[in-house]
Amino acid sequence: MTRKARDLAVLFATLMLFWLLLGGGFAADSLLVGALAALLIALLFHDGLSFFTELRPTPRALAAGVFYYGYFFRELLRSNLRMAAIVLSPALPISPGIVRVRTRLKSRMGRLMLANSITLTPGTLTVEIDGEWLYVHCVTLEPGDTEAATAAIATGFERYLEVMYG
Amino acid sequence: MVEGLLYLTAALGATAFLLALGRFIRGPSAADRVAAFDVLTIISITGIVLAALAEGRGIYLDVALVYALLSFLGVITVAHYLERSV
Amino acid sequence: MTALLDLLGAALLAAGSAFLMFGALGLLRMPDIYNRLQAGTKATTLGTLLVLAGAACLRPEWWPKLLLIGLFLLFTNPLSSQVLARAAHRTGAPRSPLTRIDQLEERGGGGS
Repeated sequence: MTRKARDLAVLFATLMLFWLLLGGGFAADSLLVGALAALLIALLFHDGLSFFTELRPTPRALAAGVFYYGYFFRELLRSNLRMAAIVLSPALPISPGIVRVRTRLKSRMGRLMLANSITLTPGTLTVEIDGEWLYVHCVTLEPGDTEAATAAIATGFERYLEVMYG
Repeated sequence: MVEGLLYLTAALGATAFLLALGRFIRGPSAADRVAAFDVLTIISITGIVLAALAEGRGIYLDVALVYALLSFLGVITVAHYLERSV
Repeated sequence: MTALLDLLGAALLAAGSAFLMFGALGLLRMPDIYNRLQAGTKATTLGTLLVLAGAACLRPEWWPKLLLIGLFLLFTNPLSSQVLARAAHRTGAPRSPLTRIDQLEERGGGGS
């Protein structure tokens, strides 16, 4: 199967899944309408991205996906507790800055997921993506060695995303 | 107990809405207002979910979904417009 | 069992709205647009997810639609913040004087 056909099939499957979650049900007419709409959208936006675009269809990638979401939700909770502590303290202890971080990820979806993950994790927000460079805003930037500290922003997620998307 | 927690939820949600509204009014830049608008929308979405629970009507969830979709498109459009107008 | 699930759901709702409140407070207190987005986007994402989870505990039959809203927000919420932050930076939004470093500005304008 060519790459384009695979992307199309993946997008179609994602849209069908969304249709079913929306409450389409499994009646024949509802399935038919959903399939037609999904096919039309998939054909119109065949270069669109979905959760599963470029996802490697190997068991290892799926396992990495499970670990990724576990890690992600833990980080999301941690980031919120930290942000709440900053916001609630009267002194508002911040020392922000925008730094650049290099990513090893090659795929579009991998980079998008990385940027999203960085935005939702402790004290960091992706401002711009330029090829392999991500520009990240940090709420509390430690003084001193920025290179090593900023590399750590990406590696936690890259570990999993590399296996999932490449 | 459950009832008390639900009232607490509503009170916290309303406070959140007022705080975000404060940023929306103060601005000062358009980007600040859009950021505040985004937060206001999301608070409204949870408000709609709470309304669905209170009324026991699942159809409200579709409203929340469409609202989320429109808010996302709105923010993207305004951001695009801001970049173009440099 | 149902009573326990109801209690869990109500607790999740309260926790979620507490995070929403923190996020809105951060939005109001932070000194510049980037820090405001930081506070806003994280807290509202977790807050909404907790509220949706709470709703799913109280009304288990609604799970498909709640999951759909959750997935959608999880994906679009950080994206809209990023796009807004990029637009703010490109239009030269003022930074807080506390800002230590801006490597994006050092790179120079334009870019992809």
